[in-house]
Amino acid sequence: MTNSIDDIVEHADVIMLVGSNPEEAHPVIGMRIRQAVERGCRLIVVDPRRIGLASKADIHLRVRPGTNVAFANGMVNLLISLGLADDEFVRERTEGFRIMQAQVEEFTADYVARTCGIAVQDLVSAAKMYGTARHAAILYCLGVTEHTTGTDGVMALSNIAMVTGNLGKPGSGMNPLRGQNNVQGACDMGAGPDDYPGYQKVWDPKVRAKFEQTWGVELPDWAGTKATECFPAMLEGKIKGLYLFGEDPVRTDPDTSHVLKSLAALDFFVVQDLFLTETAKLADVVLPGRCYAEKEGTFTNTERRVQRVRKAVEGPEGSRLDTEIFTEVMNRMGYVQPKLSGAELMDEIATLTPTYGGISHARLDGEAFDRGLQWPCTDAHHPGTPIMHISSFSGSVGAFSTPDFIRSAELPDDEYPFVLMTGRVLYQYNACAMTGRTPGTSEIAGDSFIEINTCDAGALGITDGERIRVSSRRGTVETTARVSSKTNPGETWMPFHFQDGNANWLTHAALDRVSKAPEYKVCAIKIEKLQ
Amino acid sequence: MHNIAINGEPVIAREGATILEAARKVGVRIPTLCFLKERSGVASCRVCVVEVEGEPYPVPACATPVRDGMEITTDSPKLAAYRKMALELILSSKGAALASLACEEGAEATELSKLCCELGVQVPADVDGTDALPVVEGNPFLSYDPNLCIECQRCVGACNAAARNHSLQSRMRGSHVLIDAPFGADWRATDCESCGNCAQACPTGALSLKSRRRSEAPVETPAGVQDAEARFVRTTCPHCGVGCQLELEVRDGRIVGARGAQGASNRSLLCVKGRSASYDFVSSPDRLTSPLVRSPETGELEPATWDEALDVVASRFTALRDECGGESIAAFACSRSTNEDVYLFQKMARTALRSNNIDSCARV
Repeated sequence: MTNSIDDIVEHADVIMLVGSNPEEAHPVIGMRIRQAVERGCRLIVVDPRRIGLASKADIHLRVRPGTNVAFANGMVNLLISLGLADDEFVRERTEGFRIMQAQVEEFTADYVARTCGIAVQDLVSAAKMYGTARHAAILYCLGVTEHTTGTDGVMALSNIAMVTGNLGKPGSGMNPLRGQNNVQGACDMGAGPDDYPGYQKVWDPKVRAKFEQTWGVELPDWAGTKATECFPAMLEGKIKGLYLFGEDPVRTDPDTSHVLKSLAALDFFVVQDLFLTETAKLADVVLPGRCYAEKEGTFTNTERRVQRVRKAVEGPEGSRLDTEIFTEVMNRMGYVQPKLSGAELMDEIATLTPTYGGISHARLDGEAFDRGLQWPCTDAHHPGTPIMHISSFSGSVGAFSTPDFIRSAELPDDEYPFVLMTGRVLYQYNACAMTGRTPGTSEIAGDSFIEINTCDAGALGITDGERIRVSSRRGTVETTARVSSKTNPGETWMPFHFQDGNANWLTHAALDRVSKAPEYKVCAIKIEKLQ
Repeated sequence: MHNIAINGEPVIAREGATILEAARKVGVRIPTLCFLKERSGVASCRVCVVEVEGEPYPVPACATPVRDGMEITTDSPKLAAYRKMALELILSSKGAALASLACEEGAEATELSKLCCELGVQVPADVDGTDALPVVEGNPFLSYDPNLCIECQRCVGACNAAARNHSLQSRMRGSHVLIDAPFGADWRATDCESCGNCAQACPTGALSLKSRRRSEAPVETPAGVQDAEARFVRTTCPHCGVGCQLELEVRDGRIVGARGAQGASNRSLLCVKGRSASYDFVSSPDRLTSPLVRSPETGELEPATWDEALDVVASRFTALRDECGGESIAAFACSRSTNEDVYLFQKMARTALRSNNIDSCARV
């Protein structure tokens, strides 16, 4: 997030929520958005489904899944033609406006309304509401990023914020709601093939030299492979060994049969986890690690806020601290790694990572106990950065991008006539490894289901609560129909938490060309009654 | 700014501040019951009363704004008697269940019983009410026992002014105030998100987490670990990216509960996952407690010592690295684990596995 949650709740005049259902996936942000709305903040919801917050929204644009880029380009075109662009901001802070303007001209309100399946007047109202606000914040989530055009979707939304000057000031900005508790931190820490900690590029010789000097070893200079691309590489025999730390791709990655085939092709497969997950069952070696309540460390939340994780209890006998396990493996493979505590590791991170330069456990336990520290936090006296890009962008000026609208990789056809989207529900988290072990959560939400529009269900003779068969080109599951108008006709939605009827047997591993995120939000399915 | 005096000491208070805020700011404690910061301030319990020079009667500190020149007394025999009577009146209108709860001491003491102790309240021998009202407990996580309710409205504030869920309301029946808690048999038809912020706000345990009852059942605790009282460990929720601050309640080496703490993003709020589903898994009996290595003979995963397992991991990865190059190895980190874990994991991938095929589950 460029801005902070408190800042948006207190200062935004308009929140535009795109492809995000925070009441279920980020429930406390859901509460805080309701708080903002009750203060008088206007709310625009852009989502194919009638999510809970849609009932509190001033405008709900039920765009067709996979049409975010068309929607955002249409908004930018309208903002410019209605005279709602912030000319001074565009002139002083950005580049590439003319080229972008020429490109979005094709995205007339009529064309966009037709493409996205929304009313022209709603699109115009949304542009006016967002464009006339003094402080307008965009919040978005996986409904934007989990597409083959996810990166384009993010860039197109950024154009909306930039053209209206809604960056670098309170109550505004581009605010991705990051999924897992520490997905922001995992990316910050260099768990990405192109990046050392702090997004310092592995291909930059100066950066590499710095890490080689500190770590005392020559480092690989070749470009690594992203996780979603590793699965095909396993089948091709290019990747033969995998060390998997705390993930369960058999349940959470798209196209389960493909995942299973890929893992089976490995020569050597290690899983480190708390439980014998579906994925761990396939490993050659399983190492028992420790959970968040058994270690000292930090998580970085969606606001870039680094906060402490503190040890509450000892781990089970026989398990080991994850850092101890890595240290053992490193030493046994010939790299001399001393055993370091969580606080000492953060000190090492701070010396190598400019954006984390001022972060230490001591500060987080002391002066920053209540608020944590938001990076960039470059030295021990730096207070952290609640709002980014205040006087300039990190790359000096903000560049408008020119994403074109490209349809999703797999569209409905005669054989597979429905669109399937997937997502989260309030009572579970991801593969349920943690939440599923609390009795009440599974009592309330323990089984797979599919949301189908009332008209479609009627045409198929399916009633609410009926067990049905759902198939895509990749697999078939049985699940329970939930019939309502929550999804539009022709569109369906499933949670991906549940092992019975797991939606990922159906999903499509088509990847975004930049981020390599899979298109979980659009694939084609058919629905049949059980005989 | 206003110049006021609290117990004879000069204090500068912000325009619009209440007496309670001004006193808390300078570290003067005034007992409260129905008041809860950022949640509720209905000024009904009369426990926070203070004397103001020139006023004929004590005034509630939580609802009285400061004025310039105000001279406030927060502690006096008159106030002690007044507060004690206020609390005794609240107790006497209810039944025996609340009266007996008010006497509890020690680790299980509720906020109400601690306050009774502090103010020297004698639990009335004769109480007017009965304990006949049925407990509302259709929700798997939460229950409401109206017999323990003192109608302080803190839960109403938590649900409506903080969580903004508006599913818990107070209503009138005749002259009685009733709390309408959405935990009945039809709770699924309500908007209740089972977040339990109401239970955290409740000073008597009328609204409570059912897990509290579960934790009272005898459990096997790790050998040698015994806490006389619960410890609270401040940490960060392990589920989504909001980064809510919570306090894990630890008793006898086990986590038995979680409550919201005042973090920058959550302002003491938690959702159902943070409050009720963030610790059972920690002590789940199916946690892995030994490394497993697939046996070449049986093809099954079988328990191994750490030395054996680590040797297999190191020797197999070393062989792959040296024979096929680091390009042949990939490492996927966990987006649920700590920064320190992930940092060392990617360092291991780059320095020991000699691979840049390192990623997290950020994309999936």
